[in-house]
Amino acid sequence: MSATTTHDEHHDDHGPAKGIMRWITTTNHKDIGTLYLVFALAMLFVGGAMSLVIRAELFQPGLQFVNPDFFNQMTTMHALIMVFGMIMPAFVGFANWMVPMMIGAPDMALPRLNNWSFWILPFAGTLLLSTLFMDGGGPASGWTLYPPLVLQTGNALPFAIFSVHLLGVSSIMGSINIIVTIMNMRAPGMTLLKMPLFVWTWLITAYLLIAVMPVLAGGVTMLLTDGFFGTSFFQAAGGGDPVLFQHIFWFFGHPEVYIIILPAFGIISQVIPTFSRKPLFGHDSMVYATASIAFLSFIVWAHHMFTVGMPLAGQLFFMLSTMLIAIPTGVKVFNWTATMWRGSLSFETPMLFALAFLFLFTIGGFSGLMVAIAPADFQYHDSYFVVAHFHYVLVPGALFGAIAGAYYWLPKWTGHMYNETLGKVHFWLSAIFVNLTFFPQHFVGLAGMPRRIPDYATQFADFNAISSVGAFGFGFSQLLLVYVVIQCVRGGEKASAQVWDGAEGLEWTVPSPAPYHTFEEPPLVR
Amino acid sequence: MRDSHRLLAGKLVLFAAGMFGFGFLLVPLYDVFCQVTGIGSRTGLPTAATVTAENPVTDRIVTVEFVANRNQQAPWEFRPAVSSLEVMPGKLYDTTYFARNLTDRQLVGQAVPSVAPGQANKYFKKTECFCFESQEFAPAEGRDMGLTFMVDPGLPEHIDRVTLSYTFFVNQQVAAN
Repeated sequence: MSATTTHDEHHDDHGPAKGIMRWITTTNHKDIGTLYLVFALAMLFVGGAMSLVIRAELFQPGLQFVNPDFFNQMTTMHALIMVFGMIMPAFVGFANWMVPMMIGAPDMALPRLNNWSFWILPFAGTLLLSTLFMDGGGPASGWTLYPPLVLQTGNALPFAIFSVHLLGVSSIMGSINIIVTIMNMRAPGMTLLKMPLFVWTWLITAYLLIAVMPVLAGGVTMLLTDGFFGTSFFQAAGGGDPVLFQHIFWFFGHPEVYIIILPAFGIISQVIPTFSRKPLFGHDSMVYATASIAFLSFIVWAHHMFTVGMPLAGQLFFMLSTMLIAIPTGVKVFNWTATMWRGSLSFETPMLFALAFLFLFTIGGFSGLMVAIAPADFQYHDSYFVVAHFHYVLVPGALFGAIAGAYYWLPKWTGHMYNETLGKVHFWLSAIFVNLTFFPQHFVGLAGMPRRIPDYATQFADFNAISSVGAFGFGFSQLLLVYVVIQCVRGGEKASAQVWDGAEGLEWTVPSPAPYHTFEEPPLVR
Repeated sequence: MRDSHRLLAGKLVLFAAGMFGFGFLLVPLYDVFCQVTGIGSRTGLPTAATVTAENPVTDRIVTVEFVANRNQQAPWEFRPAVSSLEVMPGKLYDTTYFARNLTDRQLVGQAVPSVAPGQANKYFKKTECFCFESQEFAPAEGRDMGLTFMVDPGLPEHIDRVTLSYTFFVNQQVAAN
């Protein structure tokens, strides 16, 4: 793909406003992208602190630091914050910053909506966190909010539900914006199949979000009316069935896991070709694989609930459809590997994170295949094996994808190179500690340690101690990321427009740092 | 805002609204699914099965276990009279559950049954059951509540143990409906 830019210096008359009002009233996609990313980084540490409470308690068997009820609030809030407050906003931030620049658009299609969808987030997050200070504490039923347990939550229940509503509204608005931008504002010549993979994965993710966030909103609304208005959607006493909630939740919940991972796939698909100095192998097959994953995600939800008592035909259907997902995912992994084949590789920090993603996400994918086996799932279900599985796809998967993207585009955002040495130190600390944290959890899970439990049998003590050491190491290593980012914003070696010599795409044709307004005249893509 | 943006954004809002509706549509869909497969229990409160004749299968014994649960510290004493019975499929049996109101107020209770394994559900026929209607208790009253059931001879061969579990709720919701 080649492009011509027409970027001249006529934008100085409407640069950013000064002071705090710049950030509150901004409709600029780059400002809003930055806000999303900063919010996500802050939430990473809030959710991370909660996970450290969990790991501190689990360092030894017995109860040391917190009471079991607070422990359960921590597992629940850690998940809700990390999923809705950290990783999803982080990827929306990447989309805001990069999608318009990658398709040659001057801004997002609906800039005021964009401002609104971000500024809902801090309020929703505060509402959610405030539940920890209420009578009876925050929700403690796990992020899946299963009734009847969740209906025993104290005053926090309606607040938690309203915050889920708000977070959902925010991501639906963000998704509508992204879809309209991609469909309507591509530069001339940027046909759909010429779009970079990151844009493609976000287009598909946005459709997934619009399809399933409203279903979750409906489900939690039913919880609300069951709890306060005497309906019996899930109350067995009134003829309802709690299992129905599990179906509704996972009809949302399984596409949700792809909502989290697909943008990371997109980032990796940008990073690996850059540092392999080769175009992405099988670009179109990557698009079709992403679309197949998205389609399949709608018909596999009940593999989360094999143990509720399902007809044999149902178990077989959900087992086999789940395993089908391994095919398009395998296509992706092979394409990334083939991109590197005979490439001229170099190992800057974004590439290191991308390689760790490729290897460790695949481990998480394989353990996913294991839990997909319905008869074996009875052993894995609700055990630490499941915790290990989904943390492998979420932390060295989605989070490493986001970190790779941050290092990759930081020079474009700030105009400075980050400190490569510190970046590599951050990578090695993260890569070692993440495995130290989550790998032993496979073993305790297979041996029968249940999840969401503050105490455990002494036979699990050693692996849990290792896991806790890893978690604290991983958590504190991320402070290095903050340091590198701040250092890079403040100064450093000047970055060129191209930044990486193997980088291709429209975002690298504008100067670094990217001017406040880019592509006011659309570039021509050939 | 360009018209093309407005049009596409409008369609996407409609799509989101439609999916919100679809979430609620899953409720009746689930009911249909439960009726077809005979599992799940959103099909309303249980009603009496009709058994026209007893045809005991004398060469087969099925163990029926009785379990009693209370929900959310409901103020009952609640237990089965016997913890299990060995029964012949096709024959009617009587047993009882005992419940006592532990408060000094009048209480109305509703028992909700559940059969495990789920496949056995449609072969477990209750001709009379205290779960068919709500049970009123005077302050501190305790009494036995009757249950007459038959295990249908069609019960799949590999099932030799069926667990009948009742959860005894304080009936506020049911009265409201």
